[in-house]
Amino acid sequence: MKFEKRTPQLRLKLEGWRSRVVLGLVALGFAVLAGRAFYLQGLNTGFLQAKGAARYGRTVELAASRGLVRDRNGQPLAISTPVESIWASPEDVEVDDRKLARLASALAMEPAELRQKIANKDRQFVFLKRQISPDQAVKVMELGVPGVFQQREYRRFYPAGEVMAHVVGFTGMDDNGQEGIELSLQRRLAGVPGSRKVIKDRKGRIVEDVGSQHPPRDGEAVTLSIDQRLQFLAHKELKAAVEANKAKGGALVILDAKSGEVLALVNQPDYNPNNRANVTGKQTRNRSVTDIYEPGSTLKPFTVAAALDSGIVKPTTLVQTGGGTMAMAGWTISDTHANGTLTVAQVIQKSSNIGTAKIQLQMAPEQMGTLYGELGFGAVPATGFPGEAKGLLRPWKTWKPIEMATMSYGHGIGVSLLQVARAYTIFTNDGQLLPISLMKREDRPVGRPLVNAETARQVTAMMEMAVMPGGTAPRAQVPGYRVAGKTGTAHKPENGGYAEHKYVSSFVGFGPVSNPRFIVAVMIDEPMTPKYFGGDVGAPVFSSVMGSALRMMSVSPDAPGTLNVKADPAPVLAPDKGGEG
Amino acid sequence: MARVSFLLLVVLVACAIGTIASQHQARKAFIELETEQSRSRKLQEEFTQLQLEQGTWGTHKRVEAIAAKSLGMKLPDAASTIVITREGARP
Repeated sequence: MKFEKRTPQLRLKLEGWRSRVVLGLVALGFAVLAGRAFYLQGLNTGFLQAKGAARYGRTVELAASRGLVRDRNGQPLAISTPVESIWASPEDVEVDDRKLARLASALAMEPAELRQKIANKDRQFVFLKRQISPDQAVKVMELGVPGVFQQREYRRFYPAGEVMAHVVGFTGMDDNGQEGIELSLQRRLAGVPGSRKVIKDRKGRIVEDVGSQHPPRDGEAVTLSIDQRLQFLAHKELKAAVEANKAKGGALVILDAKSGEVLALVNQPDYNPNNRANVTGKQTRNRSVTDIYEPGSTLKPFTVAAALDSGIVKPTTLVQTGGGTMAMAGWTISDTHANGTLTVAQVIQKSSNIGTAKIQLQMAPEQMGTLYGELGFGAVPATGFPGEAKGLLRPWKTWKPIEMATMSYGHGIGVSLLQVARAYTIFTNDGQLLPISLMKREDRPVGRPLVNAETARQVTAMMEMAVMPGGTAPRAQVPGYRVAGKTGTAHKPENGGYAEHKYVSSFVGFGPVSNPRFIVAVMIDEPMTPKYFGGDVGAPVFSSVMGSALRMMSVSPDAPGTLNVKADPAPVLAPDKGGEG
Repeated sequence: MARVSFLLLVVLVACAIGTIASQHQARKAFIELETEQSRSRKLQEEFTQLQLEQGTWGTHKRVEAIAAKSLGMKLPDAASTIVITREGARP
């Protein structure tokens, strides 16, 4: 206290409470801090950590691409490639007129249209243009208009266009299948998008994975049984035939005669799956699968096969067809010509309705009903196409004799073209019916024996006669090859009866007879030309398709008499084997 | 005691710097991996586009049209086809 005594200025008299107040304030300050810290760390921690993670952590969506569809030789039929969709958040868009014009031209849109799209400032999201090419998107984004963003999407392209339209189908805007294989195999083709949680740095680069990752699963690639070359050929020929006959439509199916695979399947009218702006249901209809028609005489071989198989007739048995008309239960069954007495083989060759009706009536309804059922009529073929028709086959127990008679020549029974084509596999496989497949098969399927091999051979011989001179379809002949087949001409059902001048002309056949490779079934809906018979309308299509297909696949001719044949090869490529020295 | 503490401090600092360095390395490597992966995606996309292009240019319709129009080609008919059989084999 000496110090204080020497300097009286410092000799202050402080009240004791003042230091306590300061101490108290400081303590209070610490208490507030502690409270705040407890609030942040203890009570509010979850919220804050989430906010923090949101600053640097991102969940990135990983897009999965849709599976490729290929033909049997690996040619792509449907491919997904990335495209960009440009969208905007109108409330954030800031553009002047000049920039708007440039944006519109980059998007290939009218400025007025663009202006209208971003006019509603209340909306948060509006697509400016969907599915443009990545190159175009780059140009748009380079303009740097605030509030305009891009979003990656996948778009489906169909390189084969209308040729494959009905088989492959198409997907909608959201990449879901709408028709054809795209619809029926949606599950396999569609991928599952994945996601990952990451940390991004200031520049937006991903620097670390955090938390769970779900890798995307790309869609499966699918290989069809279709051969694009045959499909193209079938499409071209069918289109030409439908135009030449001024028909309403048509369908054509090519099956592999030994494996039951669908090699080509085309319909007219068609459409371009890449540009479906004005496509109607009439164009997208897969007629060969979803439409049922009365097959007409193409069913006759089955009646004859059943009769031969059960021993009721032999190929040489005589059948009286008389003057070309036969009255039955108030109906008249008529032939195109008066054929008189025919052998069973000639019944097929001349396509006599009376002949097959008489043969059919010798059999029990149960026998034919069972055979039709086993051939697959009245049942869904289960190829995997959407909307497959099962056809119309009434139970045999309700059949009246007149119905049985008309069914023998393909009236009063409804089938799809695919079903008829499949039923013909019994003639190409020693009497065994094959399952059909739209997917490429690696193995030979096991057939189901329905008739004897000998019966199948006999009926084949009759059908071969049908395409010879004297038969109903000499125009179905293929130079160099033995082919067999059957015409069909049916009145179209209309208003409960049959339309007078509306027909469905068809031809179903196979070749080469010595070792069948293909079954070709053609159907032309309402040909408007004076000649409407299957032999004049369907047979020429069969001939050109079958001929080109056999040559395309290098099938060796089995009727070389009609071609130039050289017995000894000119030893140009294989000189070592020259036998003559 | 003080010497031990100092030693531990040095070790601690060294470890800390090591951690930072390796973290940095990891991030750099990771970014590189990301770039390569996105490059692979881009190439994959380009591949699908090229496949598409090939498919479109190579459609039979187009090939046939070019063969017929520009090159004046046509499918051989039966009359101009010669079937060659192997020696000894029956035609």
